[in-house]
Amino acid sequence: MSASSIAVQLLNGLASASSLFLIAAGLSLIFGVSRIVNFAHGSLYMLGVYLAYALVGWLGAGHLGFWLSIALAALAVGVFGAAVEILLLRRIYRAPELFQLLATFALVLLVRDAVYFAWGPEELFGPRAPGLGGSVDILGRAFPQYDLLLIVAGPLVLLLLWLLLRRTRWGTLVRAATEDREMVGALGVDQAWLFTSVFALGALLAGLGGALQLPREPASLDLDLLTIADAFVVVVVGGMGSIPGAFLAALLIAELKAICIAIGQVEILGVDFSFSRLTLVIEFLVMAVVLVWRPWGLLGKPLEEGRHHAAAEAPLRAAPTALRALGFVVVAALVALPLAGDRLPYATVLLVDIFIAALFAASLHFMMGPGGMVSFGHAAYFGLGAYGAGLLLRHFGLPMELAIVLGPLVAMAGGVLLGWFAVRLSGVYMAMLTLAFAQIVWSVVFQWEDFTGGSNGLIGIWPSAWLSDGHAYYYLGLVVCVLGLWLLRRVLHSPFGYAMRASRDSPLRAAAIGIDVPRVRWAAFIVAATAGGVAGSLYAFSKGSISPDALSIARSVDALVMVLLGGVQAITGPIVGATAFTWLQDALARETQYWRALLGAVILLLVLLFPAGIAGAVRSRLMPSEGER
Amino acid sequence: MTAAGPEPVLEVRGLRKTFGGVVAVDDVGFEIAAGEIVALIGPNGAGKSTCFNMLMGQLVPDAGAIRILGRETAGMPTRRIWRLGVGRTFQVTATFGSMTVRENVQVALLSHRRGLRDFWRVARERFVEEADALLATVGMQEHAERPCSILAYGDLKRLELAVALANEPRLLLMDEPTAGMGPRERIDLMALTASIARRGGTAVLFTEHDMDVVFQHADRVMVLDRGRLIAVGAPAEVRADPEVRRVYLGSRAGR
Repeated sequence: MSASSIAVQLLNGLASASSLFLIAAGLSLIFGVSRIVNFAHGSLYMLGVYLAYALVGWLGAGHLGFWLSIALAALAVGVFGAAVEILLLRRIYRAPELFQLLATFALVLLVRDAVYFAWGPEELFGPRAPGLGGSVDILGRAFPQYDLLLIVAGPLVLLLLWLLLRRTRWGTLVRAATEDREMVGALGVDQAWLFTSVFALGALLAGLGGALQLPREPASLDLDLLTIADAFVVVVVGGMGSIPGAFLAALLIAELKAICIAIGQVEILGVDFSFSRLTLVIEFLVMAVVLVWRPWGLLGKPLEEGRHHAAAEAPLRAAPTALRALGFVVVAALVALPLAGDRLPYATVLLVDIFIAALFAASLHFMMGPGGMVSFGHAAYFGLGAYGAGLLLRHFGLPMELAIVLGPLVAMAGGVLLGWFAVRLSGVYMAMLTLAFAQIVWSVVFQWEDFTGGSNGLIGIWPSAWLSDGHAYYYLGLVVCVLGLWLLRRVLHSPFGYAMRASRDSPLRAAAIGIDVPRVRWAAFIVAATAGGVAGSLYAFSKGSISPDALSIARSVDALVMVLLGGVQAITGPIVGATAFTWLQDALARETQYWRALLGAVILLLVLLFPAGIAGAVRSRLMPSEGER
Repeated sequence: MTAAGPEPVLEVRGLRKTFGGVVAVDDVGFEIAAGEIVALIGPNGAGKSTCFNMLMGQLVPDAGAIRILGRETAGMPTRRIWRLGVGRTFQVTATFGSMTVRENVQVALLSHRRGLRDFWRVARERFVEEADALLATVGMQEHAERPCSILAYGDLKRLELAVALANEPRLLLMDEPTAGMGPRERIDLMALTASIARRGGTAVLFTEHDMDVVFQHADRVMVLDRGRLIAVGAPAEVRADPEVRRVYLGSRAGR
């Protein structure tokens, strides 16, 4: 490690910071004005990369062709963003925030399959930038010329955004909307136009960020979720809605990564420690530290409450007789199902998946609905339960029966640890910290090959002989699922469940009647993590193997979609949502390669038709749509 | 438990709070005895709510002492102050919107009896009679089964009072208890508050904009202006105080 190698790494960091900033700035702008957490922002970035690739193919990689392609790709993504805002988001601004989130999830699925359809699954390599393909000599080391351009691009965009926000009427409106939303509406500003333009600009920046990456990294289909995770971290560390904050955070994170790479492998206290491996988690560590130290990010401000609260939930009631009867009929049918023998060979396999999904979704619903705490990283507990059980079996030689019981305790421990930090934060910030935690767990599992099997995961995790026979595991799944759901429901109706809802409904009042709000939320967090871990342990033995996929962002997103699909306001919601989602995914995946797009389309349709979820819509009267704006 | 003894229920000395250099409350001191009803009045921005928030632990004072029933409470968290026997109603009502009226009171009762750590029993079935009795006290018994989210504002205020009474408070802090109520309701609510104070020896401190309510029901009136107490005394004295008349009627151009 020499001075020159450090210098080059720091320059590399600056170039990465620029691309991070371009994506994060748009995300932050959009959130600031519309309060929408745009999960599809990574998809817009990915679209930028692919469009630039296609355009360069048509226009050629000469000077004019290349730069025109970059500009056109960014513009096209901007136009796409505007269309999304007008056709979709505008219709759901009045829906609860979580539904807006669900709609942007659907977009992720749609964009991904559209890209797959157009460009196929292979990684695509773009050309080098004309005239900037070489490298310059910096302290005796080669440094790509193109990266120098990127280093300039970040601050340039920051400057342009700053001028736009400070020196134009449009900018004044955007800043006003970010700081006091009610005010802008009261001033008679055309919000629809403002929102569309902000969304278009944010999308354009994401597209530009993507297009500019074309010479540096190949276009691939997993760019969307990878990018969105990075962008979230930057926005949260900087402070939601703060552009300079996003710049500062991008710089901090990119430079820390660069330093980790520069340090590389070192020996600490006789143990080889690889700093370069730390790059996978460093941003999430930074985020965790920043959020605990400054709960609103480096340059952020405490968020005012959203302008539209979700309609107050109806009081909990004992299940109506009809619903109770339906529940018994369903369980009875599930008990009887294996008697159908070979006529439905696949049904029991699918149903075990549904049992696991239902319990997993219900555990997330427990903290999201009655607990009022959104988690973007609930897969962490699912994965900890799965890996806990798997490792206890494989590495500690525990019998399967003990492993499946103790596995969830690993998830519980994860909940105890993260919950302690997370309950101090609120809203989106808390959701982001849970995402960070899930990513940290994921990278530890992914990198600790000797112990967890790394990317290959663990194999040979089969249930004991007596549980492998016939339908034994199916019945185990059914019993655990029904018991788990019943217990969660029981807790909701218990005094503790009321303390949870009290803490959500009005923390002020809850404290004024002696409730220790953070402690109640912590306990709720732990219960949810443990229940998620039970689902994970059950999952591990149902498949015979586990891989880091059990902990992936995609799995967290699945759980969120299930809960939102079913409806947050009803306890039956996650069950209905998990069943619908798992069945749809299975049915669509067998029919078509494009099941994600179909799923996305179905979700969009449901969001537009039933803003309270399927179960919510069935349970309460069908809500009339609340107008266009 | 009676409120005998010479010690005041609430004792405040030299209370001070600033927000970014702006002094919101400055050197405020007073005492309230058991069974006494005291009004804290003053123009908007005088520091009334800041005072209340410090008394209930939502804000930590920069300086000064607060003693409630002989315990120093400055900096103590809200929930522990409540456990000492302090009930509070808020200027903007704070209730649990996803629960029925009765459940709102039940949660407070459960908390008071330390029953919220129970993960098993059905909460809806606990302390039903006690909750209904409290609702009857404030005249809300016929609303017991209604979702709290659909109540009229005046009813929410009464519900808050029932909730605040759940821990048999020795001190009631009521921030604008009658705001948003009709004239008839105001009289009823304050009469009710007065009877609670007299019967149980509960000390009541309330803020209020309606001077009729203040001068009819308060034993003593304290006037706050720009963070300082400018007058304390019986209603008649305070009404005649030239300084108070100036603050309320006269030149406030300097503000």
